[in-house]
Amino acid sequence: MQLTGAEIFLESLKREGVDTIFALPGGVVLKIFDVLHQQKDIRVILTRHEQGAGHMAEGYAKATGRPGVALITSGPGMTNVITALADAYMDSVPMVCFSGQVPTPLIGNDAFQEADNIGLSRPCTKYNFLVKDVNDLAQTIKEAFYIATTGRPGPVLVDIPKDISMDKGEFHYPKSVSIRGFNPTYDGSKWKIKQAADAIMKSKRPILYIGGGVQFSGASAEVKELAEMTQIPVDMTLMALGAFPGGHPLSLGMLGMHGTYVANMAMHYSDLVIAVGARFDDRVTGKVSEFCPTAKVIHIDIDPTSIRKNIQVDIPIVGDCKRVLIELNDILRATVNGNQKEQRKPWWDQLDAWQKAHPLAYVQDPNEQIKPQYLIDRLYELTADRDPVVSTDVGQHQMWAAQYFKLKNARTWLTSGGLGTMGFGFPAAMGAQAAFPNRLVLCIAGDGSIQMNTQELATAVIEKLPVKVFVINNRFHGMVRQWQDLFYEGRYASSSLGNVPDFVKLAEAYGAAGIRIESVGDVDAGIQEALAIDRPVFVDVPVYQYENCYPMIPAGGSNHEMLLEDPADLKKPKSTHKKSAQADSDTVLTA
Amino acid sequence: MEHIISLTLENKFGSLSRVAGLFSGRGFNIESLSVAPTLDPSVSMMTIVTSGDDRIIEQIMKQLNKVIDVIKVVDVSESEFVERETALIKVHTRPEDRAEALRIADIFRANVLDSSPTSYTIEVTGDVRKVQAIIHLLQPLGIKELVRTGRIAIGRDPTRPTQAQPRPLAKAN
Repeated sequence: MQLTGAEIFLESLKREGVDTIFALPGGVVLKIFDVLHQQKDIRVILTRHEQGAGHMAEGYAKATGRPGVALITSGPGMTNVITALADAYMDSVPMVCFSGQVPTPLIGNDAFQEADNIGLSRPCTKYNFLVKDVNDLAQTIKEAFYIATTGRPGPVLVDIPKDISMDKGEFHYPKSVSIRGFNPTYDGSKWKIKQAADAIMKSKRPILYIGGGVQFSGASAEVKELAEMTQIPVDMTLMALGAFPGGHPLSLGMLGMHGTYVANMAMHYSDLVIAVGARFDDRVTGKVSEFCPTAKVIHIDIDPTSIRKNIQVDIPIVGDCKRVLIELNDILRATVNGNQKEQRKPWWDQLDAWQKAHPLAYVQDPNEQIKPQYLIDRLYELTADRDPVVSTDVGQHQMWAAQYFKLKNARTWLTSGGLGTMGFGFPAAMGAQAAFPNRLVLCIAGDGSIQMNTQELATAVIEKLPVKVFVINNRFHGMVRQWQDLFYEGRYASSSLGNVPDFVKLAEAYGAAGIRIESVGDVDAGIQEALAIDRPVFVDVPVYQYENCYPMIPAGGSNHEMLLEDPADLKKPKSTHKKSAQADSDTVLTA
Repeated sequence: MEHIISLTLENKFGSLSRVAGLFSGRGFNIESLSVAPTLDPSVSMMTIVTSGDDRIIEQIMKQLNKVIDVIKVVDVSESEFVERETALIKVHTRPEDRAEALRIADIFRANVLDSSPTSYTIEVTGDVRKVQAIIHLLQPLGIKELVRTGRIAIGRDPTRPTQAQPRPLAKAN
């Protein structure tokens, strides 16, 4: 069957089961958009910026587990989507991005809107392709989806020159692919798994340390079985939230720089760390030389490069988390004897003591300004029965959301972990909403982060993606301000944002709903009001500006040396923070 | 410590930059790199000379394995191997130095490829120490230009059937 490149593109995507693509057109991809315009199988969501398209594809992928698809044009279209590709690469998000390219005879001539898409995307994709012959297009698309979703997932770019989308070629969609340089290991070594089981049985103070790999491998049930069977406490990385229920009695919550006291103490004093789909990121390990000084380490990961990259590992197991845990659980089920609860009691007594000594806490005076933690806490309580998908931007609000929003299910947490991309949350929420039109999708954002992608309000309104955005508005780049408080003697260099924009009016300008919650007494009613609206909503929540996020391990510190609250000289606001105390009044909104 | 890594990779658009980009992006060291197609024209063989402690070399090997265009990775220097490098040296020769230049070339079994009234172009092939040595000896005469291929290496086959062979790392992503 002879088809144009654009038709081959469409047919190939249909065969990959793609139902939604996030796209922004341009000169060299017009033929593809023309074909997409004349069909009904694939929904095309027009975004207002290519970065938005990229993050929406990520949000779609994180929420569904299926690859997200973006389609953008050459040159600036490509450079705009790079941030999303880099984000997806860091967080192992399966995604296929199609970029337009100038016609093949013009490549390398500095043509209008030309960029070296392959060169630009090489360090931030798992793989990339330039299609030079229309007869290779179907095979290339098949390989792109295969690579993006196989082994450790990641973003793949397919660069399609204009003439390739116009040329006619034979369409034949391959049933399977095999790439000789790409054969991920799925099954862990049986011998190593046996060793791991032995180590678990011998251990007195074991800890499960689970990461984003558990989400994508779908290993939640296996982790739960392992933890319950052996009564081992569970620490989650930022990327793993939801993969194990945050409210489960065995959950110690998030570990790392802003993790709970008990989660980090448990790591530090454990004698066996069982890492599952986590990569010992520097935000988790703190000072590497003092990380888990007394522990043996079991590391289960599908990516061999993650193992022994940052820390020494005693029992490395390369394989898919789910498959490895199934085997491990089989062995343990046959070995576990007696009452595990009884045997683990000394360890749990210690953990409970840590938990009681320093639980997550904040003080909310009903007559004072709203604390960000209180808002998130209430949002969690009021939506808990609706199993929402929650996205965040990056910064203090993200850490508070991670601490207080106890998600129950995998793939309900969309956050930018590795790259720390401000502006991620809103479009990611929209991507998830596009995948699940009837689900409650919340975006917890900061006033700094949200401003990096507010243009997508237009997309949300026109495409009817009723995400509920809660802007934790402290008129600061809050995390920057916190570091300036702690390490730069309160000099707030370029972190104060002023009291603009008016987020309510901004939302209304786009035809979305805008709500402002100004006092503690209005929080519940405001949240309920937002949830009842069937359009996109921006909820502006001006909060106490100087709240700092604790606990905190200062960069380069060790996990047992946490800052649990503001140092005595930082009780704010006070006169040394004059410059910032004025932040609110610096820019007065004209009514 | 120095390691010589031998890579089999897809002979296609961009594979070289994927490998080179990996080294620069992760701050690994490349001392030399040479690449050319093999008997199978769809496959290239690349030899990379690099250095680092055991942990870095382990990461380099794993990261190279992760590159999708890379088919096989072997640390040749982990067991017995032979290596060669070729250098073309254009040496400046005053009349009184011309005999000395030829003597040095002769000692190293080097060939004179080109001769002009004021220079010889000498081709030398050998292991890295040999190439270094002739360069040192010719330097006082004045080296006008020096071109080196970079090192290539190949594992030795066992002299006895039972002897362990360098085994390729299992390919895993």
